[in-house]
Amino acid sequence: MSAQGYSGNPAVQVTNQLVDNNSRSVEYLCGDCDSVVALKRGEPIRCRNCGHRVLYKQRTNRMVQFEAR
Amino acid sequence: MPSLTSLTFLSLQRVGINAETVTNVSSTDFPGHWPGEDHSWDLEHFKQHVQVQFHTNHELDSSFSLTRIDTSLANAFRRILLAEIPTLAIESVFIFQNTSVIQDEVLAHRLGLIPLCGDRSAISWLKWHRGPAHDDPDAKQDELTDYNSCVLELEVACEWADGGLAKAAQGETNPDVLYKNHSVYARDLIWKPVGRQHDKFDKAQPLKAANPDILIAKMRPGQSIRLVVHAFKGIGMDHAKFSPVATASYRLLPTIDIVRPIVGAEAKKFARCFPKGVIALEKVTRDDARKNKELEGKEGEVKAVVKDPMRDTVSRECLRHPEFKDKVKLGRVRDHFIFRVESTGQWASDELFLESVRLLRVKCERVKRGLEALTR
Repeated sequence: MSAQGYSGNPAVQVTNQLVDNNSRSVEYLCGDCDSVVALKRGEPIRCRNCGHRVLYKQRTNRMVQFEAR
Repeated sequence: MPSLTSLTFLSLQRVGINAETVTNVSSTDFPGHWPGEDHSWDLEHFKQHVQVQFHTNHELDSSFSLTRIDTSLANAFRRILLAEIPTLAIESVFIFQNTSVIQDEVLAHRLGLIPLCGDRSAISWLKWHRGPAHDDPDAKQDELTDYNSCVLELEVACEWADGGLAKAAQGETNPDVLYKNHSVYARDLIWKPVGRQHDKFDKAQPLKAANPDILIAKMRPGQSIRLVVHAFKGIGMDHAKFSPVATASYRLLPTIDIVRPIVGAEAKKFARCFPKGVIALEKVTRDDARKNKELEGKEGEVKAVVKDPMRDTVSRECLRHPEFKDKVKLGRVRDHFIFRVESTGQWASDELFLESVRLLRVKCERVKRGLEALTR
Protein backbone atom coordinates (compact mmCIF):
# COMPACT_ATOMS: atom_id res chain seq x y z
CA MET A 1 0.00 0.00 0.00
CA SER A 2 1.45 3.36 -0.95
CA ALA A 3 1.49 6.50 1.13
CA GLN A 4 -0.79 8.28 -1.30
CA GLY A 5 -3.24 5.40 -1.22
CA TYR A 6 -3.56 5.68 2.52
CA SER A 7 -3.91 9.46 2.70
CA GLY A 8 -6.91 9.01 0.41
CA ASN A 9 -8.71 7.69 3.47
CA PRO A 10 -11.15 10.42 4.55
CA ALA A 11 -10.57 9.78 8.27
CA VAL A 12 -6.84 10.45 7.96
CA GLN A 13 -7.51 13.58 5.92
CA VAL A 14 -9.53 14.92 8.77
CA THR A 15 -6.77 14.30 11.31
CA ASN A 16 -4.19 15.83 8.98
CA GLN A 17 -6.06 19.09 9.14
CA LEU A 18 -5.83 19.00 12.90
CA VAL A 19 -1.98 18.97 13.00
CA ASP A 20 -0.92 21.73 15.31
CA ASN A 21 2.39 23.23 14.20
CA ASN A 22 3.10 24.65 17.63
CA SER A 23 2.76 21.38 19.54
CA ARG A 24 5.84 19.53 20.83
CA SER A 25 7.07 16.67 18.72
CA VAL A 26 7.87 13.30 20.31
CA GLU A 27 10.59 11.09 18.91
CA TYR A 28 9.82 7.46 18.15
CA LEU A 29 11.90 4.68 16.69
CA CYS A 30 10.86 2.96 13.47
CA GLY A 31 10.24 -0.74 13.98
CA ASP A 32 11.73 -1.57 10.60
CA CYS A 33 14.63 0.78 9.77
CA ASP A 34 15.47 1.98 13.30
CA SER A 35 15.50 5.65 12.30
CA VAL A 36 14.20 8.34 14.61
CA VAL A 37 10.74 9.65 13.70
CA ALA A 38 9.58 12.92 15.27
CA LEU A 39 5.80 12.97 15.44
CA LYS A 40 3.46 15.75 16.47
CA ARG A 41 -0.06 15.41 17.74
CA GLY A 42 -2.37 14.22 14.99
CA GLU A 43 0.28 13.22 12.48
CA PRO A 44 -0.10 9.83 10.80
CA ILE A 45 1.85 7.11 12.56
CA ARG A 46 4.32 6.25 9.87
CA CYS A 47 8.11 6.30 9.34
CA ARG A 48 9.27 9.09 7.03
CA ASN A 49 12.17 6.99 5.88
CA CYS A 50 10.62 3.68 4.93
CA GLY A 51 6.92 4.05 5.42
CA HIS A 52 6.73 1.40 8.13
CA ARG A 53 3.69 1.78 10.36
CA VAL A 54 5.04 0.30 13.59
CA LEU A 55 6.82 2.89 15.75
CA TYR A 56 8.26 2.29 19.20
CA LYS A 57 8.19 4.74 22.05
CA GLN A 58 11.63 5.50 23.47
CA ARG A 59 12.61 5.17 27.08
CA THR A 60 12.24 8.34 29.10
CA ASN A 61 15.28 10.51 29.84
CA ARG A 62 14.07 11.01 33.36
CA MET A 63 16.58 10.06 36.05
CA VAL A 64 15.96 6.95 38.17
CA GLN A 65 17.91 6.43 41.37
CA PHE A 66 19.12 3.01 42.49
CA GLU A 67 21.10 1.68 45.41
CA ALA A 68 24.11 -0.30 44.26
CA ARG A 69 23.30 -3.25 46.53
CA MET B 1 54.21 -14.89 84.02
CA PRO B 2 54.03 -18.22 82.23
CA SER B 3 56.73 -20.62 83.20
CA LEU B 4 59.17 -21.52 80.47
CA THR B 5 59.07 -25.26 80.91
CA SER B 6 55.42 -25.65 80.12
CA LEU B 7 55.67 -23.06 77.36
CA THR B 8 58.28 -25.02 75.48
CA PHE B 9 55.98 -27.95 75.96
CA LEU B 10 53.07 -25.89 74.66
CA SER B 11 54.99 -24.70 71.65
CA LEU B 12 55.61 -28.32 70.79
CA GLN B 13 51.95 -29.03 71.01
CA ARG B 14 50.56 -29.94 67.68
CA VAL B 15 47.14 -30.47 66.27
CA GLY B 16 47.15 -34.15 65.37
CA ILE B 17 45.85 -35.17 61.98
CA ASN B 18 44.69 -38.75 61.49
CA ALA B 19 43.11 -40.33 58.46
CA GLU B 20 39.60 -39.34 59.46
CA THR B 21 39.88 -37.31 62.64
CA VAL B 22 41.75 -34.38 64.10
CA THR B 23 42.95 -34.41 67.70
CA ASN B 24 44.24 -31.97 70.28
CA VAL B 25 42.42 -29.07 68.72
CA SER B 26 42.03 -26.52 71.54
CA SER B 27 44.79 -24.48 73.03
CA THR B 28 45.50 -24.93 76.74
CA ASP B 29 47.62 -21.91 77.60
CA PHE B 30 45.08 -20.20 79.78
CA PRO B 31 44.92 -19.77 83.58
CA GLY B 32 43.78 -22.77 85.55
CA HIS B 33 44.51 -25.49 83.04
CA TRP B 34 48.03 -26.49 84.07
CA PRO B 35 48.24 -27.08 87.84
CA GLY B 36 50.62 -24.71 89.56
CA GLU B 37 51.24 -22.64 86.46
CA ASP B 38 49.95 -19.23 85.61
CA HIS B 39 49.20 -18.72 81.96
CA SER B 40 47.45 -15.38 82.28
CA TRP B 41 47.99 -12.86 79.50
CA ASP B 42 51.30 -11.08 79.76
CA LEU B 43 52.21 -8.24 77.44
CA GLU B 44 55.99 -8.54 77.89
CA HIS B 45 55.86 -12.25 77.19
CA PHE B 46 53.73 -11.65 74.12
CA LYS B 47 56.10 -8.95 72.86
CA GLN B 48 59.04 -11.27 73.26
CA HIS B 49 57.58 -14.21 71.42
CA VAL B 50 55.20 -12.99 68.73
CA GLN B 51 56.71 -12.98 65.26
CA VAL B 52 55.71 -11.81 61.82
CA GLN B 53 57.60 -13.16 58.85
CA PHE B 54 56.68 -12.25 55.30
CA HIS B 55 56.88 -14.88 52.55
CA THR B 56 55.59 -12.87 49.61
CA ASN B 57 54.60 -9.23 49.66
CA HIS B 58 53.05 -7.81 46.54
CA GLU B 59 50.53 -5.05 46.39
CA LEU B 60 47.60 -7.33 45.61
CA ASP B 61 48.81 -10.50 47.25
CA SER B 62 50.81 -11.02 50.41
CA SER B 63 51.52 -14.03 52.54
CA PHE B 64 53.09 -14.02 55.98
CA SER B 65 53.47 -16.16 59.08
CA LEU B 66 52.15 -14.92 62.37
CA THR B 67 53.58 -17.11 65.11
CA ARG B 68 53.21 -17.62 68.84
CA ILE B 69 49.82 -15.98 68.91
CA ASP B 70 46.46 -17.31 70.04
CA THR B 71 43.78 -18.28 67.53
CA SER B 72 41.36 -15.77 69.01
CA LEU B 73 43.70 -12.91 68.04
CA ALA B 74 44.63 -14.27 64.63
CA ASN B 75 40.96 -14.81 63.83
CA ALA B 76 40.12 -11.31 65.05
CA PHE B 77 42.62 -9.89 62.55
CA ARG B 78 41.14 -12.00 59.77
CA ARG B 79 37.60 -10.89 60.54
CA ILE B 80 38.60 -7.24 60.77
CA LEU B 81 40.35 -7.56 57.39
CA LEU B 82 37.19 -8.92 55.83
CA ALA B 83 34.54 -6.76 57.38
CA GLU B 84 35.77 -3.69 59.21
CA ILE B 85 38.39 -1.83 57.20
CA PRO B 86 36.72 1.10 55.45
CA THR B 87 36.89 1.39 51.67
CA LEU B 88 35.31 3.55 49.02
CA ALA B 89 32.67 1.91 46.82
CA ILE B 90 29.83 2.97 44.56
CA GLU B 91 26.66 3.33 46.62
CA SER B 92 24.04 5.31 44.69
CA VAL B 93 23.48 5.13 40.97
CA PHE B 94 21.52 7.76 39.06
CA ILE B 95 20.46 6.28 35.74
CA PHE B 96 19.51 8.86 33.12
CA GLN B 97 19.38 6.49 30.20
CA ASN B 98 19.81 2.74 29.95
CA THR B 99 18.56 1.07 26.81
CA SER B 100 20.94 -1.88 27.07
CA VAL B 101 19.55 -5.34 27.72
CA ILE B 102 20.86 -5.30 31.29
CA GLN B 103 18.22 -4.12 33.74
CA ASP B 104 18.70 -0.92 35.74
CA GLU B 105 18.87 -2.61 39.15
CA VAL B 106 21.23 -5.32 37.92
CA LEU B 107 23.44 -2.66 36.32
CA ALA B 108 23.46 -0.68 39.57
CA HIS B 109 24.40 -3.80 41.53
CA ARG B 110 27.24 -4.61 39.12
CA LEU B 111 28.58 -1.07 39.35
CA GLY B 112 28.59 -1.27 43.14
CA LEU B 113 30.85 -4.33 43.12
CA ILE B 114 33.59 -2.66 41.03
CA PRO B 115 36.66 -2.05 43.22
CA LEU B 116 37.89 1.52 43.06
CA CYS B 117 41.42 2.78 43.57
CA GLY B 118 43.17 6.12 43.68
CA ASP B 119 45.41 8.27 45.82
CA ARG B 120 45.46 6.39 49.15
CA SER B 121 46.09 9.39 51.37
CA ALA B 122 43.19 11.21 49.73
CA ILE B 123 40.86 8.24 50.15
CA SER B 124 41.76 7.97 53.82
CA TRP B 125 41.10 11.72 54.13
CA LEU B 126 37.49 11.12 53.05
CA LYS B 127 34.91 10.96 55.85
CA TRP B 128 31.81 8.84 56.32
CA HIS B 129 28.60 9.76 54.62
CA ARG B 130 25.54 8.94 56.69
CA GLY B 131 22.78 7.92 54.32
CA PRO B 132 19.03 7.77 54.94
CA ALA B 133 18.01 5.49 57.81
CA HIS B 134 15.69 2.73 56.64
CA ASP B 135 13.66 2.54 59.83
CA ASP B 136 13.48 6.24 60.66
CA PRO B 137 12.60 8.55 57.75
CA ASP B 138 13.10 11.65 59.91
CA ALA B 139 16.71 10.78 60.84
CA LYS B 140 19.31 13.28 59.83
CA GLN B 141 21.10 12.56 56.60
CA ASP B 142 24.54 13.90 55.79
CA GLU B 143 24.85 16.42 53.00
CA LEU B 144 26.85 15.46 49.95
CA THR B 145 30.19 17.25 50.18
CA ASP B 146 33.65 17.02 48.67
CA TYR B 147 34.94 15.26 51.81
CA ASN B 148 32.42 12.43 51.94
CA SER B 149 31.46 11.51 48.40
CA CYS B 150 33.03 11.04 44.99
CA VAL B 151 31.18 11.46 41.72
CA LEU B 152 31.83 9.28 38.69
CA GLU B 153 30.11 9.33 35.32
CA LEU B 154 29.51 6.70 32.71
CA GLU B 155 28.34 7.67 29.26
CA VAL B 156 28.55 5.16 26.45
CA ALA B 157 26.50 4.82 23.27
CA CYS B 158 26.89 1.94 20.85
CA GLU B 159 26.89 2.69 17.13
CA TRP B 160 27.50 0.93 13.87
CA ALA B 161 31.13 1.02 12.79
CA ASP B 162 31.92 2.41 9.34
CA GLY B 163 30.23 0.09 6.88
CA GLY B 164 29.16 -2.17 9.72
CA LEU B 165 25.61 -2.60 8.49
CA ALA B 166 26.78 -3.74 5.05
CA LYS B 167 29.26 -6.16 6.64
CA ALA B 168 26.53 -7.58 8.87
CA ALA B 169 24.42 -8.19 5.76
CA GLN B 170 27.35 -10.10 4.26
CA GLY B 171 27.40 -12.40 7.28
CA GLU B 172 30.14 -10.84 9.41
CA THR B 173 29.50 -11.59 13.09
CA ASN B 174 32.57 -10.19 14.87
CA PRO B 175 31.25 -7.39 17.10
CA ASP B 176 34.63 -5.60 17.05
CA VAL B 177 34.29 -5.17 13.28
CA LEU B 178 30.60 -4.30 13.25
CA TYR B 179 30.04 -1.94 16.18
CA LYS B 180 31.67 0.87 18.10
CA ASN B 181 31.50 0.79 21.93
CA HIS B 182 29.76 -2.59 22.05
CA SER B 183 31.30 -3.42 25.42
CA VAL B 184 31.16 -1.14 28.44
CA TYR B 185 34.18 -1.59 30.69
CA ALA B 186 35.00 -0.33 34.18
CA ARG B 187 37.57 2.02 32.65
CA ASP B 188 34.71 4.00 31.08
CA LEU B 189 33.80 5.26 34.55
CA ILE B 190 35.19 8.80 34.65
CA TRP B 191 35.79 10.49 37.98
CA LYS B 192 34.60 14.10 38.29
CA PRO B 193 36.56 15.66 41.17
CA VAL B 194 34.73 18.31 43.17
CA GLY B 195 35.99 21.03 45.54
CA ARG B 196 39.02 20.09 47.60
CA GLN B 197 39.29 16.74 45.84
CA HIS B 198 41.20 18.60 43.10
CA ASP B 199 44.02 19.35 45.57
CA LYS B 200 43.84 16.31 47.82
CA PHE B 201 44.12 13.72 45.06
CA ASP B 202 47.50 13.34 43.43
CA LYS B 203 47.10 14.18 39.73
CA ALA B 204 48.89 10.97 38.76
CA GLN B 205 46.51 8.84 40.85
CA PRO B 206 42.95 9.82 40.08
CA LEU B 207 40.03 7.80 41.40
CA LYS B 208 39.34 4.98 38.95
CA ALA B 209 38.38 1.33 38.71
CA ALA B 210 41.16 -0.85 40.13
CA ASN B 211 40.67 -3.33 37.30
CA PRO B 212 39.97 -1.41 34.08
CA ASP B 213 38.91 -4.51 32.12
CA ILE B 214 35.85 -5.45 34.17
CA LEU B 215 32.98 -5.88 31.71
CA ILE B 216 29.93 -3.96 32.89
CA ALA B 217 27.50 -4.46 29.99
CA LYS B 218 27.32 -5.37 26.32
CA MET B 219 25.40 -3.25 23.83
CA ARG B 220 24.26 -3.19 20.23
CA PRO B 221 23.81 -0.19 17.88
CA GLY B 222 21.21 2.28 19.11
CA GLN B 223 21.62 1.30 22.76
CA SER B 224 23.15 3.66 25.26
CA ILE B 225 23.95 3.98 28.95
CA ARG B 226 24.18 7.34 30.66
CA LEU B 227 24.54 7.50 34.42
CA VAL B 228 26.14 9.23 37.36
CA VAL B 229 27.27 7.36 40.46
CA HIS B 230 28.17 8.46 43.96
CA ALA B 231 30.86 6.55 45.84
CA PHE B 232 30.89 6.60 49.64
CA LYS B 233 32.98 5.04 52.36
CA GLY B 234 31.69 1.93 54.03
CA ILE B 235 32.73 -1.32 55.70
CA GLY B 236 32.40 -4.95 54.63
CA MET B 237 30.00 -5.61 57.52
CA ASP B 238 27.45 -3.47 55.69
CA HIS B 239 27.98 -4.86 52.20
CA ALA B 240 30.63 -7.13 50.63
CA LYS B 241 31.46 -4.43 48.08
CA PHE B 242 33.12 -2.45 50.89
CA SER B 243 35.41 -5.34 51.83
CA PRO B 244 39.01 -4.34 51.03
CA VAL B 245 40.14 -7.90 50.38
CA ALA B 246 39.31 -10.50 47.77
CA THR B 247 40.21 -13.06 50.41
CA ALA B 248 41.94 -12.88 53.73
CA SER B 249 42.48 -16.29 55.23
CA TYR B 250 44.90 -18.25 57.36
CA ARG B 251 45.93 -21.86 57.72
CA LEU B 252 48.02 -23.56 60.34
CA LEU B 253 51.54 -24.64 59.42
CA PRO B 254 51.43 -28.34 58.51
CA THR B 255 53.97 -30.71 60.04
CA ILE B 256 55.10 -34.06 58.70
CA ASP B 257 57.09 -36.29 61.05
CA ILE B 258 58.63 -39.36 59.50
CA VAL B 259 58.73 -41.63 62.56
CA ARG B 260 60.41 -44.59 60.88
CA PRO B 261 62.58 -44.26 57.78
CA ILE B 262 60.97 -44.65 54.36
CA VAL B 263 63.51 -46.01 51.91
CA GLY B 264 63.85 -46.94 48.23
CA ALA B 265 60.84 -47.28 45.95
CA GLU B 266 58.58 -46.60 48.94
CA ALA B 267 60.26 -43.22 49.39
CA LYS B 268 59.42 -42.25 45.82
CA LYS B 269 55.81 -43.31 46.32
CA PHE B 270 55.73 -41.35 49.57
CA ALA B 271 56.97 -38.20 47.83
CA ARG B 272 54.16 -38.55 45.27
CA CYS B 273 51.58 -38.45 48.09
CA PHE B 274 52.47 -34.78 48.67
CA PRO B 275 52.56 -31.68 46.49
CA LYS B 276 55.85 -31.06 44.68
CA GLY B 277 58.70 -29.81 46.86
CA VAL B 278 57.32 -31.04 50.20
CA ILE B 279 59.29 -34.29 50.35
CA ALA B 280 62.87 -34.58 49.11
CA LEU B 281 64.80 -37.77 48.42
CA GLU B 282 68.24 -38.07 49.97
CA LYS B 283 70.92 -40.76 49.88
CA VAL B 284 71.30 -42.78 53.07
CA THR B 285 74.77 -42.01 54.39
CA ARG B 286 77.03 -44.34 56.34
CA ASP B 287 76.34 -42.22 59.41
CA ASP B 288 72.57 -42.71 59.02
CA ALA B 289 73.00 -46.45 58.63
CA ARG B 290 75.08 -46.63 61.76
CA LYS B 291 72.64 -44.59 63.84
CA ASN B 292 69.37 -46.20 62.79
CA LYS B 293 68.86 -49.93 62.96
CA GLU B 294 66.23 -49.92 60.24
CA LEU B 295 68.64 -48.30 57.81
CA GLU B 296 71.32 -50.93 58.36
CA GLY B 297 72.70 -52.19 55.06
CA LYS B 298 70.66 -49.65 53.09
CA GLU B 299 73.56 -47.30 52.54
CA GLY B 300 73.40 -45.57 49.15
CA GLU B 301 69.63 -46.05 48.75
CA VAL B 302 67.29 -43.03 48.80
CA LYS B 303 65.19 -42.10 51.81
CA ALA B 304 62.37 -39.61 52.14
CA VAL B 305 63.04 -36.40 54.09
CA VAL B 306 60.70 -33.52 54.79
CA LYS B 307 61.91 -30.48 52.87
CA ASP B 308 59.18 -27.85 52.93
CA PRO B 309 56.09 -28.72 55.00
CA MET B 310 54.66 -25.24 54.36
CA ARG B 311 53.79 -26.27 50.81
CA ASP B 312 51.76 -29.25 51.98
CA THR B 313 48.02 -29.07 51.44
CA VAL B 314 47.40 -31.72 54.14
CA SER B 315 45.52 -33.97 51.75
CA ARG B 316 46.33 -36.95 54.06
CA GLU B 317 46.94 -39.07 50.97
CA CYS B 318 49.91 -40.80 52.65
CA LEU B 319 47.63 -42.11 55.42
CA ARG B 320 45.58 -44.05 52.88
CA HIS B 321 48.50 -46.34 52.11
CA PRO B 322 49.01 -49.12 54.69
CA GLU B 323 52.81 -49.10 54.20
CA PHE B 324 53.08 -45.49 55.43
CA LYS B 325 50.46 -45.63 58.14
CA ASP B 326 52.83 -46.26 61.04
CA LYS B 327 55.81 -44.48 59.58
CA VAL B 328 54.46 -40.96 59.37
CA LYS B 329 52.69 -38.58 61.72
CA LEU B 330 50.84 -35.59 60.31
CA GLY B 331 49.99 -32.52 62.31
CA ARG B 332 49.71 -28.77 62.37
CA VAL B 333 51.38 -26.20 64.57
CA ARG B 334 48.61 -24.63 66.59
CA ASP B 335 50.13 -21.18 66.98
CA HIS B 336 51.68 -20.73 63.54
CA PHE B 337 49.25 -18.93 61.26
CA ILE B 338 50.08 -18.59 57.59
CA PHE B 339 48.04 -15.60 56.48
CA ARG B 340 47.17 -14.87 52.89
CA VAL B 341 45.82 -11.39 52.21
CA GLU B 342 44.71 -10.44 48.72
CA SER B 343 43.76 -6.79 48.38
CA THR B 344 41.19 -5.65 45.83
CA GLY B 345 43.42 -2.69 44.92
CA GLN B 346 42.35 0.18 47.14
CA TRP B 347 44.88 -0.68 49.86
CA ALA B 348 48.25 -2.44 49.71
CA SER B 349 47.99 -5.93 51.18
CA ASP B 350 50.59 -5.44 53.93
CA GLU B 351 49.09 -2.07 54.83
CA LEU B 352 45.75 -3.83 55.30
CA PHE B 353 47.14 -6.10 57.99
CA LEU B 354 48.62 -3.15 59.88
CA GLU B 355 45.28 -1.39 59.59
CA SER B 356 43.52 -4.44 61.05
CA VAL B 357 45.91 -4.34 64.01
CA ARG B 358 45.19 -0.64 64.48
CA LEU B 359 41.43 -1.21 64.32
CA LEU B 360 41.57 -4.01 66.89
CA ARG B 361 43.43 -1.62 69.16
CA VAL B 362 40.78 1.05 68.66
CA LYS B 363 38.09 -1.50 69.53
CA CYS B 364 39.93 -2.58 72.67
CA GLU B 365 40.31 1.01 73.78
CA ARG B 366 36.57 1.49 73.30
CA VAL B 367 35.85 -1.52 75.53
CA LYS B 368 38.33 -0.24 78.09
CA ARG B 369 36.66 3.17 78.19
CA GLY B 370 33.30 1.47 78.59
CA LEU B 371 34.56 -0.62 81.48
CA GLU B 372 36.05 2.42 83.16
CA ALA B 373 32.76 4.25 82.81
CA LEU B 374 30.97 1.26 84.37
CA THR B 375 33.23 1.01 87.40
CA ARG B 376 33.46 4.74 88.08
